[in-house]
Amino acid sequence: MPAPIRLRELIRTIRTARTQAEEREMIQKECAAIRSSFREEDNTYRCRNVAKLLYMHMLGYPAHFGQLECLKLIASQKFTDKRIGYLGAMLLLDERQDVHLLMTNCIKNDLNHSTQFVQGLALCTLGCMGSSEMCRDLAGEVEKLLKTSNSYLRKKAALCAVHVIRKVPELMEMFLPATKNLLNEKNHGVLHTSVVLLTEMCERSPDMLAHFRKNEKLVPQLVRILKNLIMSGYSPEHDVSGISDPFLQVRILRLLRILGRNDDDSSEAMNDILAQVATNTETSKNVGNAILYETVLTIMDIKSESGLRVLAINILGRFLLNNDKNIRYVALTSLLKTVQTDHNAVQRHRSTIVDCLKDLDVSIKRRAMELSFALVNGNNIRGMMKELLYFLDSCEPEFKADCASGIFLAAEKYAPSKRWHIDTIMRVLTTAGSYVRDDAVPNLIQLITNSVEMHAYTVQRLYKAILGDYSQQPLVQVAAWCIGEYGDLLVSGQCEEEEPIQVTEDEVLDILESVLISNMSTSVTRGYALTAIMKLSTRFTSTVNRIKKVVSIYGSSIDVELQQRAVEYNALFKKYDHMRSALLERMPVMEKVTTNGPTEIVQTNGETEPAPLETKPPPSGPQPTSQANDLLDLLGGNDITPVIPTAPTSKPASAGGELLDLLGDINLTGAPATAPTPAPVPQISQPSFLLDGLSSQPLFNDITAGIPSITAYSKNGLKIEFTFERSNTNPSVTVITIQASNSTELDMTDFVFQAAVPKTFQLQLLSPSSSIVPAFNTGTITQVIKVLNPQKQQLRMRIKLTYNHKGSAMQDLAEVNNFPPQSWQ
Amino acid sequence: MIKFFLMVNKQGQTRLSKYYEHVDINKRTLLETEVIKSCLSRSNEQCSFIEYKDFKLIYRQYAALFIVVGVNDTENEMAIYEFIHNFVEVLDEYFSRVSELDVSFFNTVFHSTWQSTEPIDELPKMCSARQPQEACSVSTPVC
Repeated sequence: MPAPIRLRELIRTIRTARTQAEEREMIQKECAAIRSSFREEDNTYRCRNVAKLLYMHMLGYPAHFGQLECLKLIASQKFTDKRIGYLGAMLLLDERQDVHLLMTNCIKNDLNHSTQFVQGLALCTLGCMGSSEMCRDLAGEVEKLLKTSNSYLRKKAALCAVHVIRKVPELMEMFLPATKNLLNEKNHGVLHTSVVLLTEMCERSPDMLAHFRKNEKLVPQLVRILKNLIMSGYSPEHDVSGISDPFLQVRILRLLRILGRNDDDSSEAMNDILAQVATNTETSKNVGNAILYETVLTIMDIKSESGLRVLAINILGRFLLNNDKNIRYVALTSLLKTVQTDHNAVQRHRSTIVDCLKDLDVSIKRRAMELSFALVNGNNIRGMMKELLYFLDSCEPEFKADCASGIFLAAEKYAPSKRWHIDTIMRVLTTAGSYVRDDAVPNLIQLITNSVEMHAYTVQRLYKAILGDYSQQPLVQVAAWCIGEYGDLLVSGQCEEEEPIQVTEDEVLDILESVLISNMSTSVTRGYALTAIMKLSTRFTSTVNRIKKVVSIYGSSIDVELQQRAVEYNALFKKYDHMRSALLERMPVMEKVTTNGPTEIVQTNGETEPAPLETKPPPSGPQPTSQANDLLDLLGGNDITPVIPTAPTSKPASAGGELLDLLGDINLTGAPATAPTPAPVPQISQPSFLLDGLSSQPLFNDITAGIPSITAYSKNGLKIEFTFERSNTNPSVTVITIQASNSTELDMTDFVFQAAVPKTFQLQLLSPSSSIVPAFNTGTITQVIKVLNPQKQQLRMRIKLTYNHKGSAMQDLAEVNNFPPQSWQ
Repeated sequence: MIKFFLMVNKQGQTRLSKYYEHVDINKRTLLETEVIKSCLSRSNEQCSFIEYKDFKLIYRQYAALFIVVGVNDTENEMAIYEFIHNFVEVLDEYFSRVSELDVSFFNTVFHSTWQSTEPIDELPKMCSARQPQEACSVSTPVC
């Protein structure tokens, strides 16, 4: 068989390949040749073949069949063989392959070899891929070598020790005595690796750390070495661009950082040297800057004195002014880390940071933006906001969402005046409208309602904004809402803050209609617009007919949401015109609610008391600005909390104007929500059904009258009554309203009612009015159950009650069988 | 801690790769192409540090060859940047005016030269101590 080709030839051949396929072909041919050569157990050329195999492995082709060959090479006596063998072992083997354990013996022998280079090879391989078993076996040898006087071996042994410690942390103790003398070396190689070893030990084990701080007096030693490095003159061996061994300096600084963290004594011992390094290092080259960077990180991390910290931040400030992008990036990253702790010092560099917003590099811009937001405070808000708004205009789309939310947050916290706040938000909406997050719209609306005196100004500006362009959805939504609410102010031209514009009612309706028609408007936006038009029917005087026409057109819209709204509003015009003005009154000021946990349950008794609308915080936090709120509101301006349905709001079984019946009966029971409510509040920009607010209302227009109610359960003072409703148009649905009352002298708390029905039925349990049944029959808990009974079978139900009474938890199961036939037939 | 060390040319051909943590072989080629793509898309104006997945990439371009080092968060980026240059200077001294061809032909030499590139630190230590002299005595180009 001809001698296998040399590696160089192989590389040359592969380079001539023009396509990936050609290359693959060549490699496969060569692999086949190598495999047959291995099979022949050819000693002379084994090393050459393995070298080629390693090259192919690097290119990405599988080379596992060479693993055993590597072992054979390691076992050979020739140095060149050993070298390739160990290299192959490092590249191809790792602890996942079982074969690697066979190496242990070879490595052991080689660690005791006479030639230092062979020992070095063995140490390197062990340090590269040694598994925990191998490390355990050979740790003793490594430790012995750590103590030799040969610096070549010593530095390799130190690195091997690092690997051993990583694999088998328990062995750390073994290396401790050897470390005592490591730092006394002159050879920088050994110094460097020793520092690495010490760093690894300190990072891994807090005991070691404490030991090194106290007993070994490590800090003074390190300080001494560092000092020598800085003060010593030019040493050609270690010089990099005029600085003596910067890599060692950086390493030492990092170790000092670990030693000084949270430790006063060590930090104090380091102060001087850190100051010296910071002032003496030359900053004209990258090397110097690298050292300064490490120094700054160290100063920030240990308990340094304030003068030193100010020095560090000034260094970072200087970095920011540097032309080199790398340095600026690094400076911004570090400033971001320190801005929490040293806020004032960083403030001084605010203008430079703001300039970085204009940089071309994306990562620098992002860091500058984050840092700017961190630096905004009451004093600099106006200036900063100007810069940030300018940035928002010109930045890449991926930043816009973050920037917009950041601006909103900052404006909320530090706005100097309401008008400024509104202006800022409007500016954001007009420039980056489509990137604004969804919850900004309700927040903004809530803000607007709160600033009563600004209503006219706001609505005028919003009107002007959408006059030109109504494609940005959040802006249009807010504008539509405001125009709906404050349209009368707009038309009357009563603006104090600005030049009032002359707008007629028709023009306003024009713009709202075009929003409705436009293809760019989403369904949500259209909903807002339609409701706004409706609200204007009470505020405008001359265009009511036009509004009626618009509303009736949408009664047959394809969009179900719009259709429903239009139909409801239509009905308002036709049958309930007398209620319209009350219904569509102005919204009261909304209170901002935090989103931690449920608010108190408010029981309303139908008393009127215009109070700020307390809203139930939904888990995801959108403010309720729903139209449903204003409809609920009208019923006496009560304290109402919108009900949270436990099931997705389903359309009532009968279509059409049944909703309006609710209005007939103003007996409002307050809203729910105790622990048992599972479902979150529906997205508030959909108008929640009126139904939701009024759980005790007759739900159907055409109720079958006269189904007798039953007492479903009566025990221990707790009585539960069922009342029934059914619709003529949809006879398979029965709505049961339960009322729970308590005749004992103590309240029943945490009351939960659960029901189950046989499989042929479907059950929907809406949320209860509260979870406390007051004593002495002073009040009841009401809950609605909807049962779907398509097969008209006899209604049966099993109920489970849990509550706390007289300090103990009670639980009961019961079956209800006495349903009247009219309820299910 | 250094995760990997790559020398890749502009066409995406890997001239040298050294991984300090186990990465599956098919993932390696993928990683290399992605890395070189992100490096190529940077202009001269931009800084040499890229954030890629959970590493930081520090790259330097020498003619048609990119040297990319992937590190984790704890490393000083500028020190690594400096180290890359130091490494190239060592090679330059060893090969007297090193070129991409040298890199591709002598890649086993490279491995031998720094004797297993002990993860993380042997590299900088070796370079900083100017050990090409030592290396010369040990390695003669194999094959």
